[in-house]
Amino acid sequence: MEIRPILASLRKHRIPTVLIVLEIALTCAVLCNAVFMIGQRVAAIRLPNAIDERNLSMVTLGGTDEKTSGSDIPRNLAALRGIPGVQSAAVVSTLPLSHNNWGWSFGTRPDASTFDKKTVNFSLFFLGEGAEQALGLRLLEGRFFNADDYAGSSFGSAPLPETHVTLVTRSVAERLWPGQSALGKTYYSMPHYYTVVGVVADVLRPNIGSQGEDWSYYSAFFPLSAGGSKGNLRRYVLHSAPGDRGRVMRAAEQKLAALNPNGVTKGMLYTDMRDQYFADMRSMAWMLVLVCAVMLAVTAFGIVGLTSFWVGQRRRQIGIRRAVGASRGHIMQYFQTENFLLSGAGVVLGMALAYGINLYLMRHYETASMPWYYLPVSAVALWALGQLAVLGPALRAAAVPPVVATRSV
Amino acid sequence: MFGYYLDLALRSLKRNKVLTALMVLSLALGIGACITTTTVLRLLSGDPLPQKSDRLFYPQVDPNGKQGYIAGQTEPPSTMPYIDAMYLLHARRAKRQAVVALTSGKIAPQRANERPFYSDGVQTTADFFGLFDAPFQYGGSWTAADDEGGAQVIVIAGFLNQKLFGGANSVGRTIRMNDHDFRIVGVLKPWSPQPRFYALDLGGHDYGGDGDAMFLPLKTAIDLKMGPQDLECYDTVTNMDDLAAAPCRWLGVWVELPDQAAVADYRMFLANYAREQVAQGRFSRDETAMLDLVDWLRHEQVVPDDVRLQAGLAYGFLLICVLNTVGLLLAKCLRRSREIGVRRALGATRGAVFAQFMVEAAIVGLVGGVLGLGFAELGLFGIRHQPAEYASLAHLDVSMFLFTFVVALLASLVAGLLPAWRACAVAPAPQLKAS
Repeated sequence: MEIRPILASLRKHRIPTVLIVLEIALTCAVLCNAVFMIGQRVAAIRLPNAIDERNLSMVTLGGTDEKTSGSDIPRNLAALRGIPGVQSAAVVSTLPLSHNNWGWSFGTRPDASTFDKKTVNFSLFFLGEGAEQALGLRLLEGRFFNADDYAGSSFGSAPLPETHVTLVTRSVAERLWPGQSALGKTYYSMPHYYTVVGVVADVLRPNIGSQGEDWSYYSAFFPLSAGGSKGNLRRYVLHSAPGDRGRVMRAAEQKLAALNPNGVTKGMLYTDMRDQYFADMRSMAWMLVLVCAVMLAVTAFGIVGLTSFWVGQRRRQIGIRRAVGASRGHIMQYFQTENFLLSGAGVVLGMALAYGINLYLMRHYETASMPWYYLPVSAVALWALGQLAVLGPALRAAAVPPVVATRSV
Repeated sequence: MFGYYLDLALRSLKRNKVLTALMVLSLALGIGACITTTTVLRLLSGDPLPQKSDRLFYPQVDPNGKQGYIAGQTEPPSTMPYIDAMYLLHARRAKRQAVVALTSGKIAPQRANERPFYSDGVQTTADFFGLFDAPFQYGGSWTAADDEGGAQVIVIAGFLNQKLFGGANSVGRTIRMNDHDFRIVGVLKPWSPQPRFYALDLGGHDYGGDGDAMFLPLKTAIDLKMGPQDLECYDTVTNMDDLAAAPCRWLGVWVELPDQAAVADYRMFLANYAREQVAQGRFSRDETAMLDLVDWLRHEQVVPDDVRLQAGLAYGFLLICVLNTVGLLLAKCLRRSREIGVRRALGATRGAVFAQFMVEAAIVGLVGGVLGLGFAELGLFGIRHQPAEYASLAHLDVSMFLFTFVVALLASLVAGLLPAWRACAVAPAPQLKAS
């Protein structure tokens, strides 16, 4: 296929050429960044979380007297375990993605205090007895807490519990002791210290923020006795078959309300809480998808419109070419190649623009750097769109009969 | 002449219905997206207290330790410890001042067989209501003496009064909150500033909702151990039960300063206080800050990133739509070179041809604007059904209604410029010769 005549004709129609190239470039730039943003959100929404999400329901019990709330826990749990379908039940201080965050910073040196720059901020989860099983934590190394760990842990007036054992996630273990086993190691925040007895698979924090994926998994677990919980254990977790969750949750809500007439109960399925956490992100992702679709449609129609105009304008030339021997295929190829060149110029410009927009967003918003492969993927998508859009006008051009050449318009 | 151009334009638009429809539709989509996102952006970045936002200030001091301190380069944090907040409150250097923290409390029902429920509340001091022009339906604020004595008094929101007392004047009656009796001293009219400017960075949401349900004296809340929603500690904490003395920051302070002189005085007062604290060894940093309400909202970036991204995206989209319209208008007008040639030969000036094509573009713009308004209403309807906390606020107002047409006309006239210029540059002779 000879390109020179196409270039010559494009040079004659500079303004429409520039318009199409600009439009494709802008679409490419916006598409790249929008698809990248969609990808980021989808990745966040699907972050793995090593608890039995699909088996969990929970009831929060608030408003009971702090003095008796601890001693009521065994009674409440016994009632919950009596509900048919409940495989295990326990009480915890908070749950991943619950927004109820208790963060504290720890270091690996004995003199580390929470205000050192070198310490790492974790989210703290306080577990009542049996919560490892009820949540479905996955043990990678070491052991879960034993009865002695639980019995020996309570809250005094300090902000951290009086215990010396802890479970950490794999991400915490790798952050504090890279390349080593975390078992038996100790982390500190003066005057408290905790020794790792087990490492569990990654569990998300109550708030995951935007400091990167590893950061979202900096969670640590501590045992807490019911009697010494000082009102910190208020979330009852129930493990059941997925199909039983709704019924189990409603029954648990009723039981806890009946046992604690002065309390406020609120039940929820874990998966619903997770969905709520990501609801904003999900709607933003859908909005971006909608904008991309409409934008591609507008661009495609723009190409159809301008190419149709060109075909209309060149009917005589097409007729002459047909009369001197060009086949229908040749005519089609002409318009397709022309579009290929225009799209090519557009996407090259568009990729540069997309990169620029990404840099701008990184500076002014919490946006990560766009991986390079978003650029060629968007480029190919726009190329394909251009070819698709030009198909109709090109077919109409190919249908121009050679006899047109002999008519004087 | 204008009537004639209008007639010509309508004829021309009717001649090529598909192309016209494409132009109008693409312009309308771009305008719809823009108006939708701009409406949301404007709602969220609006001034929640326009009558006095320039007189309200948010002083900040920095109790953080030496770690990571670079003199002149660190900003004070957004909240204060109890000691400093109380000092500013008791100094009474401003016309009005209030200390704020968020909380929640369990409210016992007034009727039997109903369950207790949780409500959002504000722990604050007596000036709060006058400071922020919170309107009272019945009664009024508590007194400074109530603040000092930790009196169990409470101001409740209208909707809570409706729920508990059926909307009757409940001043003087008692409600049970967190298992303690509180005497109602005031009932607010509906009051829900957007964003909830007085509690940014104190926890909870910034937009939406009916407003906080109850307001009680800070000291009372501390005595009853009602913790704040959010708390940050800057030194080793030994006793979490004594929040007033703990090295933790959790309070916001607001002051009302009537004029520039008062502002300058207060800045000086605040700076002196910080320096004094450094001299006493309580502080390591002497930076202070004091922004007015609107600057504070901007500083805290209260408008969510997603909303600003959406607006940027919509303007990018409008640009693509305008480019598209330019292309299509150009195609239309170049196809009519012969018609233009004839008009020019019959005596029409370049200006007349230019005007004719601009009128055509304006018509496309106006129709696009009307359709775009429809799309914007659709978009806002969609946003109202989103899970975002600001969703219920998304409504079109009169100024945005007018703005739509300004955008539409501007976009279409800009789009029309190039084609109209090309059209009036057509030389008549070659066009006539060709036929």
